[in-house]
Amino acid sequence: MHDVVNFVDLNLMNMLYLVFVGFVGGLVSGFIGSGGAFVLTPGMMSMGVPGLVAVASNMCHKFPKALVGAIKRAKYGQVDVKLGLIMGASAEAGVVYGAHIQENIKRSFGDAGSNLYVSVAFVVVLAIIGTYMMLDALKSIKSAKMHEEEKVTKIARWVQSINIPGTMVYFKSLNARVSLLFTIPLGFATGMLAATIAVGGFIGVPAMIYVLGAPAIMGSATELVIAFVMGMGGSFKYALHGLVDIRLSLIILAGSLFGVQLGAIGTTYVKGYVIKLVMGVIMIIVLFSRGLMVPVYSSQLGLINPLAEGTVKILKSTSFGLMIIALLIGAFIVLKAMWQGIRAERKTATQEVLDHGRV
Amino acid sequence: MAKKYVRKKPYGKAIFMGLVVMTLYAFLLTNQSLVNDYFTRGGLYAFLPILAVFILSFFHGSFTGNFWTILGVKAKKKKEVK
Repeated sequence: MHDVVNFVDLNLMNMLYLVFVGFVGGLVSGFIGSGGAFVLTPGMMSMGVPGLVAVASNMCHKFPKALVGAIKRAKYGQVDVKLGLIMGASAEAGVVYGAHIQENIKRSFGDAGSNLYVSVAFVVVLAIIGTYMMLDALKSIKSAKMHEEEKVTKIARWVQSINIPGTMVYFKSLNARVSLLFTIPLGFATGMLAATIAVGGFIGVPAMIYVLGAPAIMGSATELVIAFVMGMGGSFKYALHGLVDIRLSLIILAGSLFGVQLGAIGTTYVKGYVIKLVMGVIMIIVLFSRGLMVPVYSSQLGLINPLAEGTVKILKSTSFGLMIIALLIGAFIVLKAMWQGIRAERKTATQEVLDHGRV
Repeated sequence: MAKKYVRKKPYGKAIFMGLVVMTLYAFLLTNQSLVNDYFTRGGLYAFLPILAVFILSFFHGSFTGNFWTILGVKAKKKKEVK
């Protein structure tokens, strides 16, 4: 069925906003493998773009951006293409199933019900995984273990030790053979989350690190392959219904392709714990951002006493503001790490020239 | 042994890619209704948005890559044998 959609008028301010947010989102996702969507999608909606068009157009920018990021990071040897494609395949199934659930909820409970479902999913996932990642990163910093090799978790060691004949595949990022019976549900969960909150990487990246045992840098790089596969499939599905406003996708790409390359370069200057730190920080701030909206949607659904209009406005603005802060803080950490890294490199290069008298 | 560090910045490539990208955006922004009319027809036309982003990303991806290289923002060189 072809939906009739109104496409917003784009003025210069809107376009600049999309380019800028696209840049910051690209920077973060080039670094941690995901991100940006949760600011871009509501951002587009606040411009007057219908929800589904915002999701569709964002997805249509996400997959080529992920491809560019993946290619760049593959040059640095960080991408496990096989793992990305295999998880991408089951992630695609997860997206279809997740979208199906979303549609059912929307049909039964309307927009407010759908929004509440999305927000609760955000809160639950981010609370558990975000906290775990933050604590893990902080542990590394506190105990000055920043320069040690990352340790594979007990769970991952167990997963790598399981041998199920006929399902074993070798993955270079894990330096081990792992059963597909583990990668399939993890990929599926990633896809389901992507269909629900638009960011599959919040499950995908921690899953690769903590359950499969990949180093953080390879997990975040490989996520870009998964995002590419999922994004392309999802975009095509939306395009079949005429829901992609290609102007939005292309304008966001104007900024995000600058950002994703920069984020990718940034990963070469940091150790794995910085990736976990950026992910953890973003996830926790977004957790609060989304948490603030739970009472709003609950009120709309009549689950709690109706909130005053003023209260709703404050909650909505604070929620959106927090999301922007989350992205900006993430971007700041990435840029700071890069800046320090590049300066140190230049100092070393200058020193070499002075030491050896070369020009 | 003395090594010569020759700095070759991809100015030519960047300029060419930049011009192509600007042309693509100029076309998009001056033909918004026409583009959206075709791109949202659904069915086989669904390939249009997919193709469009691939094409733009090819040229713009190359441009942005060269952009950062020209600015001297590059990946950290891998450390030699410990």
